[in-house]
Formats: sequence, structure tokens, C-alpha cells
Amino acid sequence: MRHIISALVVNRSGVMVRVAGLFSRRGYNIESIAVGSSEDPNLARIIIVVETEDKQVVEQIEKQLYKLIDVVKVNDLSPSESVERELALIKVNTGSHNRSDVLQIVDIFRAKIVDVGSRAVVVEITGSIDKVEALIALLKPFGIREIVRTGQIAMLRSLRKTGE
Amino acid sequence: MKHTGAQILLECLERQGVEVIFGYPGGQVIPIYDALYDSKIRNILVRHEQGAAHAADGYARSTGKIGVCLATSGPGATNLVTGIANAYMDSVPMVAITGQVPTFMLGRDSFQEADITGITMPITKHNYLVQDIKELPRVVKEAFHIASTGRPGPVLIDIAKDITVQTDKGSSGETMDLPGYKPNYVGNIRQIREAILAIEKAERPLIYIGGGVVIGGAHNELVKLAETLNAPVTPTLMGISAIPGNHPLNLGMLGMHGTATANFAVTECDLLIAVGARFDDRVTGKLAAFAPKAKVVHIDIDPAEIGKNVAVDIPIVGDVRMVLENILDKVKPKKHTEWLKQINGWRKEYPLKYDSGKLNPQRVIEEINTLTKGDAIICTEVGQHQMWTAQFYQFTQPRSLITSGGLGTMGFGFPAAIGAQVGNPDRLVINIAGDGSIQMNIQELGTAVTNQIPVKVVILNNFYLGMVRQWQEFFFNKRYSGTVLDQNPDFVKIAEAYGAKGFKITKVDQLQGTLKEAFETPGPVVVDCHVEREENVLPMVPAGGAIHQMIGVNN
Repeated sequence: MRHIISALVVNRSGVMVRVAGLFSRRGYNIESIAVGSSEDPNLARIIIVVETEDKQVVEQIEKQLYKLIDVVKVNDLSPSESVERELALIKVNTGSHNRSDVLQIVDIFRAKIVDVGSRAVVVEITGSIDKVEALIALLKPFGIREIVRTGQIAMLRSLRKTGE
Repeated sequence: MKHTGAQILLECLERQGVEVIFGYPGGQVIPIYDALYDSKIRNILVRHEQGAAHAADGYARSTGKIGVCLATSGPGATNLVTGIANAYMDSVPMVAITGQVPTFMLGRDSFQEADITGITMPITKHNYLVQDIKELPRVVKEAFHIASTGRPGPVLIDIAKDITVQTDKGSSGETMDLPGYKPNYVGNIRQIREAILAIEKAERPLIYIGGGVVIGGAHNELVKLAETLNAPVTPTLMGISAIPGNHPLNLGMLGMHGTATANFAVTECDLLIAVGARFDDRVTGKLAAFAPKAKVVHIDIDPAEIGKNVAVDIPIVGDVRMVLENILDKVKPKKHTEWLKQINGWRKEYPLKYDSGKLNPQRVIEEINTLTKGDAIICTEVGQHQMWTAQFYQFTQPRSLITSGGLGTMGFGFPAAIGAQVGNPDRLVINIAGDGSIQMNIQELGTAVTNQIPVKVVILNNFYLGMVRQWQEFFFNKRYSGTVLDQNPDFVKIAEAYGAKGFKITKVDQLQGTLKEAFETPGPVVVDCHVEREENVLPMVPAGGAIHQMIGVNN
């Protein structure tokens, strides 16, 4: 099962290394990790996605994260209670003969073309991981030259604040 | 008035109540040493930075105060690493200060540059790289706070050299900025009530105590709980000095080299009350066979320890002393006559035994115990002698066994003894060593002699790396690969060369007289004791085995 862990951390240099180091030395596999500023300039939010069937492992991850002095709050976000998004940039081979086919797929996914060249276009997509993966699968036959993904970010629905 | 960064550092340390720093100078800390020259803080110059870290550790373990060590950048800092890891594994409050290359030279592979905050990230509770003189007072205050509160541990402060020579106004009213650090001391009332219910129902309770009881100063409450419940107690290596060695409810250590009685009690108990212990593999052996019949109560200040290795029925996160007080308030006295009868039966049937007619290492420890009446501070290195000390010395006071538990660091005991003696000038401090371990930090004889630190070192010399040899005897067909030390130096001559006193014991009838003379001799002393070479530590649970199945116990 995929778990999305949201950690509110003190916005200091080195805090990413502390979190990433914790995961590697305790043997937890990170699917993705994304970090950015939060509503409080002194705090940053790190969203870590881990894949594990073991609930004990998730509990240990939370507890070990709390042991880091710079970690203020940790939440295990359940998918049903949160909004999840990822952004990806996909560079796809296109020429005049198939550009409209690519455009059509991009349209269906409500993605955007953000750069056009004579031999390739860059597609921007925002959505759930499933949506991003579905688009990638459909674009694959055209030849994908490069993919850049931000990693998943997530937020609790309704008025609750991630970190409370 | 303007102060240099180095002066501000020393002022902050003085304000924290630091009495002594164990350290070693070098290029990037010369300004700090210059400020130390004018400070009332005592400076003990070690002979190797590893000795500084272990001495600070021994000082902290034996006094409960925060130990401080100081080293220069690069190799000075990396030489502290073993000592910091050692303190981290055993939850010892320590502040390690290292010099760093100036800020403008950082990240350029400058001379004696090492990324010590990166290196020590997994082995410190927290660490800092100071690149702004204005941050220094806050960082020092936070470091001491973090090191000593919650579950204690080492904190490292790396200070770029230019910060120590810049000037700023001294600071005193700095505030800490630790929004993510809130240790929990108060146990959950509902869980405590659950624990009391379980205690009332239990017929065969066993209290399993770890280093947390010593660190948390909960020894009195622990003994009181055991006596109220008439419940037997088994300590881990780190918990040994929390209960008097001769207490009738003390079963002795459990685990790999635990007593048969303690290990049988774990297997048979119906309630295991774990207090300040962390279910280490050397304690539990095979997890599936550990306390198979028991409900488990786990009291610990660190939430991450709960459920880490063993499933817990009633977790209580909090300060062990406060939680034990809460339990004591409510719990009713119990007898457990049947259970204690069963236990005393095991005790009679499976005592620790050895041949006391020979110069056996166990005999030496029993003699030290008799001569000191169990009142000495005993430090050990790591190996057979350490386990024999745990089995045969009858401690009377908490914080009296200073030993490397989690990391198992050979070379720890002697510098730790120096630190313990500095913190306890009026007590007899003895380092029980092996001939292998003592040679890992033997250079600290220089520190002991120069500073007249009257530590007594007793080497149980079997001319082997005995513990590894024992494993080779049991599991590797007696192929003694890399464990024979028959070219050991003359330890008496080494002691004398440093200006310490040396004694040698080769026969059992010399034992009492020579040890007595050695302990009464002022100043540092080394006693080289040539013990039976191939004596084994028994009982022994093979690594990963079930703890009720022990080599040396027929049942």
C-alpha cells in the first residue's frame, strides 16, 4: 500500500539530508520525496511517499521522523481524506505527421503543451499519479525522450490543515 | 565590551555549568584553546581524541552531568566519531565541540576539512555547523538542552574557525528555537491504569530493566516496586547498577550471557514489565521465543522504542521514574510465593560456576568485589572480562557500572574510567580490561599520569582476544584465526614507562594481597593478571537462538 507522509519541518539547511538519511539507514524505500515552503516562512513541508504493506513500518517511520529535532509535525495522509497531485514534464518525439495525434491525447488529459520544437514537444501534466502514468503510457508509442516528475504532493481535504 | 567567538563559547559553557573539558588541540581550535587558558573550566589534555570522547562519556555516565569533549577539524573530529556513536547507542548526554575550517574555505577540500556534521548525522541526537557568531549562544544553549532532556544523547557543535576569532557583544538572554522538540515525560493515565490491572492479574510477573532506569534515576522506585509486588527483577547490561547485586529479587543479567534463572524466568513469566529497556538482540535472542507466555508492558521515554522489536500490549511513554511513581501510588502488595519458589529452585540448580582454585578471571572479579565491597565505580572494556564483570561484581550503587553496551566499543573502558574518576574524585575507580581492549587506548596512561587521575586498571590477561576465541572454539572448530596475542607487551613495564605503578599477578595466592596493595597505591596503577587462558563465558545463548537454550546449562 502507498503511504503519503507529510512532515512539517524547520526550514533550515540540511533538514532534507536528515530526513533522507533516516530513510536510507533504516531501510525504508522512498517512492518519491518533494519539499517546498509552507504557509509559515520558518517551516517547510516534505511529502514522502513510501510503499509498504506493514503498518508497523509506517508507525516506526513516523516515530523516527519525530526524533529528528527539526521535524515539527508528521501526518500519515490517507488517500481518501486528501487531495494528491503530481506535476510532470514529458518531452515527446513529434513531427508534422503526428503532432495532431499527440495534441489530441494531451487535450483529453487536460494537459498542456508548454514548448514546441520541430522534432519534439514538451507536455505538462498535473494530476494524480494514476493520471500521470496513464498519459505517459499513451505517449510512449511516439517515443518519450525525457520525463521529469516533481514527486507527489498532498494535502488534507476540508478545513483541517496538514500538520495539525 | 566585545568578545571573540571563542570567549563567547567559553562563557556559554560556563553558564551551562561545565566544569571540565576533555580535548585535544589543533589548527582550527587554537582560538578556543586560547580562551580556555583564561577560563575556570578545567582542561584535560588526552593523548588521542577518541580518549576525549570516551572520557566525556565516562564522566557523564558516572555523574549524570553532561560530558564535554573538544577536538580540531578533520582528523580530530573523525577521531571522535567512535566515541560519539558509543554515547548515542547508550543514550549518554554529551556535547562534542569541533573546530572547522573558516567559512570561506568550507566545501573546498581544504587542509584538515571533514564534513563532520554530515558524518555524525546518524550518530548524534542533533548537530550544528555554526557559521554566524550571532547564532553561537543559542546553539550552545540548545545543544545542552537537547543532550540532557528526553532520551539523552550526544550533540555535536562544529564551529568554523573565523567565527571563533570574530568579535561580538557577549550574549546572555538567548532563547532557544526548537519548535519540533517536545519530549514527553508524563505517562498516559489510562495506560498506567491498564498496567496496574495487568499487574494485579499476573501470577508470574518479571521486571526487565535497562539503562533507562539508571539514566532516569529511578533505582529507588524500581526496587520499591519489585519489593511491593515481590516480583523478580532482571537487568540488562546497562541496567545492572540500578538494583543492588545481592538483592534477593535480583536474578542477575538476562540474555546471551545472562543467568539461567533470568532466562528461564523470561520464558515462563506471564507478565513482562520492561522499564527503560529496548529489547536488544543480545537480550532477546530469537524474538519468537522471547517471553512467549507473557503480556508485555513497556515503559520508555522514547516512543520509537515501543513496538520496534517486540509487540507490546501496554505501552507507556514517559519518564520512567514518574511512571513508576504513578504505578506505586496505586498498586497493592503481592506475594507470588509459588513463582518465587520456582525461581529459587532454578537459582539453586543453575548457579554461575567456575573453578575458584585456579587463577580464573571470575575469581579475580570476585576478589575485586570483596575488596571494594561492591562500592567502586567499575569501568570495563568489551569482551569476556566485561561479561564476567556483569555476572560477578555485586554493585551497590547506581551509575557504578560504566560499560559500552550498544556499540560494544573495545578501548572504551580506560578513558571512560579517567572521565569517571575526574567526576568522582573521592571514589575508587577501577577499569577491568582485557589484554586486547586495553591496547586500543593504552596511550591514555599519559593522561592519567600527567593529571594524577588515580584510576586502577586490572587487565585480565589471557593472551587472546578471548570473546572471539570463545566463538571460534564453539562455532569455528577451534580455528583461532586472528585472535592469538601471545606477543603481548609487558604491561608492568609500559605502566612504569609512563610513570604509573605496575603489578603482576601470575598465581592465585598472590591475588588478594597484590590487588589490595594496588588499590591502596595512590595514583594510576596497572595490574597485569595472567589468568587461565581458555576460560569461557557461560551460560551462552548462541546468536539468534532461543534464550532458554543455553550452552553450559543442562536442562
